[in-house]
Amino acid sequence: MSTGYQIIVCGGLVPDPLQTLEPVSAPTGPALKNEMMLPAVLDPWASHALYEAANLAKQNEGSSVRLVSMAPKAKLQQVMMTVAQKVPFELIAIDGPSNGFTDAFDTAAALAEAIGSIPDLDTARLLVFGGWESASRSAGSTLQIVGERLGIINQFQGVDELSIQPDGSFRVLERVEGGTHQVSVCKSPPMVVGWATGNLPEPPNNPQVGMKNMRAVMPSLQRARQAKQASHSFEFESATVPAQQRETRIVKDMTPEQVADDLVNWIKGE
Amino acid sequence: MEKILFLTTANPSGSLTKQALEALNLSVSLNNALPESELVVGITGPDAAKSAESIGGCGASRFIAVEGEEFTQPRYSTDAAAFEALARAAEASIVIAPATSRFNRALSGVAARLDGRTDTHVTNVEVADEKVRIQRWLYRQRIAVTGTRNQRPWFLLIEPGVGSPFQSQPSNVEIEKIQVDLPDECLKTTVSGEEKKSAAQDTIRPDAALLLVAGAGWTRKQADGEFHAQEAERLIRGFLDATGASLGSSKSLVDLGGEGQPVLPFLTHMNQIGQTGSTPRHKKGLATCCHGEEPHTVGWRFIKERRAINSDTNCGWAHGKADVVYVADAFKVLNELNKRLAE
Repeated sequence: MSTGYQIIVCGGLVPDPLQTLEPVSAPTGPALKNEMMLPAVLDPWASHALYEAANLAKQNEGSSVRLVSMAPKAKLQQVMMTVAQKVPFELIAIDGPSNGFTDAFDTAAALAEAIGSIPDLDTARLLVFGGWESASRSAGSTLQIVGERLGIINQFQGVDELSIQPDGSFRVLERVEGGTHQVSVCKSPPMVVGWATGNLPEPPNNPQVGMKNMRAVMPSLQRARQAKQASHSFEFESATVPAQQRETRIVKDMTPEQVADDLVNWIKGE
Repeated sequence: MEKILFLTTANPSGSLTKQALEALNLSVSLNNALPESELVVGITGPDAAKSAESIGGCGASRFIAVEGEEFTQPRYSTDAAAFEALARAAEASIVIAPATSRFNRALSGVAARLDGRTDTHVTNVEVADEKVRIQRWLYRQRIAVTGTRNQRPWFLLIEPGVGSPFQSQPSNVEIEKIQVDLPDECLKTTVSGEEKKSAAQDTIRPDAALLLVAGAGWTRKQADGEFHAQEAERLIRGFLDATGASLGSSKSLVDLGGEGQPVLPFLTHMNQIGQTGSTPRHKKGLATCCHGEEPHTVGWRFIKERRAINSDTNCGWAHGKADVVYVADAFKVLNELNKRLAE
């Protein structure tokens, strides 16, 4: 019997953070202008979750890492070309919308269904990972709902560290208010872990890992199920980019002493 | 008719936190604006009566509580069980709670249990045409949306600092205690406390009026071709001591360390602001040695007055992201600034 963990990482795609985003009206509600043309990346916090999952799997023989991702198939294929080079994983693709206007409940339902249909799923070894918030919807809701749908009630959000104790329990550090970590110990899986930044840097590209992953990515994309249509979704009345352009005053001709004087007045002023 | 449940956790001191009072004020306003609505206050944790009395004049028709030793620990399983029991007991159609780490962790799961829907990071709630309408942000504060939902119960997590706190005189209230039976699975997690992992908690001050952001430039080679990380640390710490400012960071220090550069050891991911960091709500913000790229500046959305010190006239801040950009050497400026602040 395997002593490894079954680690499922939930992660969506988001527009590259350097892209300009503009909301437009579409027949189904708001959408991003030229959404399919925008370069996309795996969600940053979900990426951290994936790296932490791979690290945990490496340290625990017999563990597996699966990445469950919902996005338009073409986008997924594009992004996987990069992500697949980072760490070993098996992709479970779901064909569906990935923008921030989709409802967390619908996304969670699709993710939970995909996880629940994994043939050899062993909940006693199951760790569901993901980013604690996405860079699209930014809700911080999806993982909790996935957990509830899978019947997992030991959940952690904003996690920066997960370590396995000698007795097999998990020590978890979660971000709480005021820059501190809450320390918890969970006796055993199943657990839901919403990662913040973690402690690992982005792994370098490994072409061998990439080639191995991509052999399974393409069939997974071909098998990708279509996500169900939304129900009871948020009724958008407006979606706008706020006016953020400021009249910037560029000060070039002040000495450090003059700048310091100016800043003191500003800091001490109302 | 809406039944509004305001949820909070009991505070050992007996008074609610500022963030909880802000969410309560919004709940009271919503109750007043909706015809035939009802407000219920739900409290979890020990000695809920004391906390309830501190807000006795809020106009709630009922005060309900889940008490017990098991509910003192901020963990998902017991919190979710308590919040679920309170929402069921109140027969709530709208549940409002402050966006603390505790509610952020558990409330969306509770919404799933009750077949409700949840909206987080809510920055405004109002009534228009007898419908409740909210505002929240998508894409990490880059797109603002307004809208409503028909599905009930509707769970709303209110961001801190978006309204004024509720103020009332304490008064006696009668508490209805709600019994919650916990299965063993709910007690599988034990919270042992909080950890001071680094100096970060000494430099993050959410209530400060001023935010100082230290960018990656502090750890780059300076004009003399040398690194000056130690001097940078002295200057930044000196500024924080003199002003009581909160410290933010513009770039992952883990990544910087991975690139073989010197790092500022008192900065961690906890200080990070922006796309993969926090979105603080200080009145003023001063960015130093930070280029002002979009992934960082999205975290400045709620900083009202912004200034930057940068040696590059073409930095991101100069393109409409700051009110004032000083083109200067931050080492020299902070040195002079600290001298003046110490006077």
